[in-house]
Amino acid sequence: MSSSPGSVDTRSLLQDSDLTKAQELVYELVVRQVMTTPVVSVQPDQTMHELGEKLRAAGIAGAPVVEQGELIGIVSMNDLINALERGSRDDPVRQWMTIDILTVREDDSVIEAVKAFASRPVGRIPVVSAQGSLVGIVTGGDITRGLVRALDLDHRSDEVSHYRASHIFQDISSHDTSLTLRYTVSPRDFSHSGEASAKVKRALQRLGGRPEAVRRVAVACYEAEMNLVIHTDAGGEVLVEVRPDRVSITTTDAGPGISDIESALEAGFSTAPDWIRDLGFGAGMGLENIRRCSDEFSLRSEVGSGTKLVAVVYLGQGNRLGRAPRS
Amino acid sequence: MTVREVAEGLGLRVFAAEAASLDRPVLGGYCGDLLSCAMAGARSGQVWVTLQAHRNVVAVATLTDVACVIITEGAQPDPETVQTAERENVALLGSDRGSFAVVAGLIRLGVPA
Ligand SMILES: Nc1ncnc2c1ncn2[C@@H]1O[C@H](COP(=O)(O)OP(=O)(O)O)[C@@H](O)[C@H]1O
Ligand SMILES: [Mg+2]
Repeated sequence: MSSSPGSVDTRSLLQDSDLTKAQELVYELVVRQVMTTPVVSVQPDQTMHELGEKLRAAGIAGAPVVEQGELIGIVSMNDLINALERGSRDDPVRQWMTIDILTVREDDSVIEAVKAFASRPVGRIPVVSAQGSLVGIVTGGDITRGLVRALDLDHRSDEVSHYRASHIFQDISSHDTSLTLRYTVSPRDFSHSGEASAKVKRALQRLGGRPEAVRRVAVACYEAEMNLVIHTDAGGEVLVEVRPDRVSITTTDAGPGISDIESALEAGFSTAPDWIRDLGFGAGMGLENIRRCSDEFSLRSEVGSGTKLVAVVYLGQGNRLGRAPRS
Repeated sequence: MTVREVAEGLGLRVFAAEAASLDRPVLGGYCGDLLSCAMAGARSGQVWVTLQAHRNVVAVATLTDVACVIITEGAQPDPETVQTAERENVALLGSDRGSFAVVAGLIRLGVPA
C-alpha cells in the first residue's frame, strides 16, 4: 500500500524508454487488473478501537465502510488518530468516517484512478462494479505494481501490442505515410498458400481496421495470392501498402501472362487444371471477388512477360488505420 | 447455439478445437466446396459445411472468420491441416454423412438458415 497518498511515481522503478510504454499502459490497463481484492472493510457500528485492531492486523492504512453490502463511507488511519486524540476510541466508525467518497469503476481505465488520486489527497479509492457494489480497492502502490507487471515482457498481453500497433501512424507525420508488407508466393505450394493473406488480415486488425473493411482486404488479398499459387510458372510477389484510409494490394509475377483478359475477368471462367479444381480452386470467381471487394481495380498482363494486379480498398468513413479512434 | 452444442447435437468428430473456439456461437451457415465461393459467401460466425479437407480450408476459414468447419462424407484432414487449424484457432469438425444431411441436422438444431 502506498505511504504517500495520491502519488503514483513510476519513474524511480522504470527505465526512461519504459516511460512512454507506462504512459500508454495507464490508459490501456483497467482498474480491475491492478486493484487489490478481497477488500478488508469495516462496519459502521464497529468502534474506532476495533477499527484500529483491524487495520493493524491487516497492515493497511484505511478501509471502506460497508453496511448491508453497500458502500457508505471510508475511514483511514488519520481518522483513527484524530479519534484517539480526543479520547473517542469507543465512538462508532460511522461518526468518524468520510461519507463523501471518491470511487472508480472496475472497468475504468487506470488513468481514471490516477486522475482521482490527483484530485484529492486520498490514499485509497474503493472500486465498484457497474452495479455499484464494492469489488476491490486501489492505492497508488497497486497502480505502480500493476504497471511494472504489465511492462514485464512475460506479462505483456496481446492487447497491449495491439494497442501499440494501433497507433503507429499517430505520431509519424509526412505527406504520405504508408506501411509496406511484402510476401513471396511459391507456385503450387498449397500447404502455405493463404498465409500471406492471413498475415495481412491480422496486421489490419492490429491497426484497428473495422471487420467489414478487413474482410474485403482479406478476400481480395487471398484471391490475388491464390492466383499466383495456381496460375503462375514461378510464383510472384504480394505487396500490400497500408495507409490510414486505404489498403493497396499489388501482385506481380513473371508469367505466363493472360492471353484474354476480358474472358479471365468473367465470373466462372477458369483455366485451372482438374487436379486443382478437385481441391476446390478454379471456380473462376477469384478476379470477380477481388473486383467486388475493391474500390479501385486494375489488371495488366502480357503473355510471356507477366501479370500485374492492383486492388485498392478504401477503409470508409470514420475508420483510420494506425490512429486512435476519437472518442 | 455454440460450436460445442452443434458438435454434440450432430455427433460430429472433433479434429481440432481449442476450448475457446468450441464456445463460439453459431450464427448461421454456408455450404459449398468451391473456395472462392466460400470466400465470397461465408460470414463471420457461421458454420461452413464442405467436403474439402485440405489445408486451404483452414486458410479460408481463418480469413472468413467462420465459427467452425464441418468436413462431410467422412473426409479426413491430414495431420498438418489439423495442426494448422489448432494454431489458427479454427474448430475443425467431421461427419460421415453428406453435406445435405449435415445441413438438415443443423437446421433441426435451430441454426438459422
Ligand atoms: N497471375 C495470373 N497469371 C496467369 N493467369 C492468371 C493470373 N491470374 C488469373 N489468371 C487467369 O485468369 C483466370 C480467372 O482467374 P480467377 O477469376 O481468379 O479464377 P480461378 O483462379 O478460379 O481460375 C484464371 O483461370 C487464369 O486463366
Ligand atoms: Mg483465382
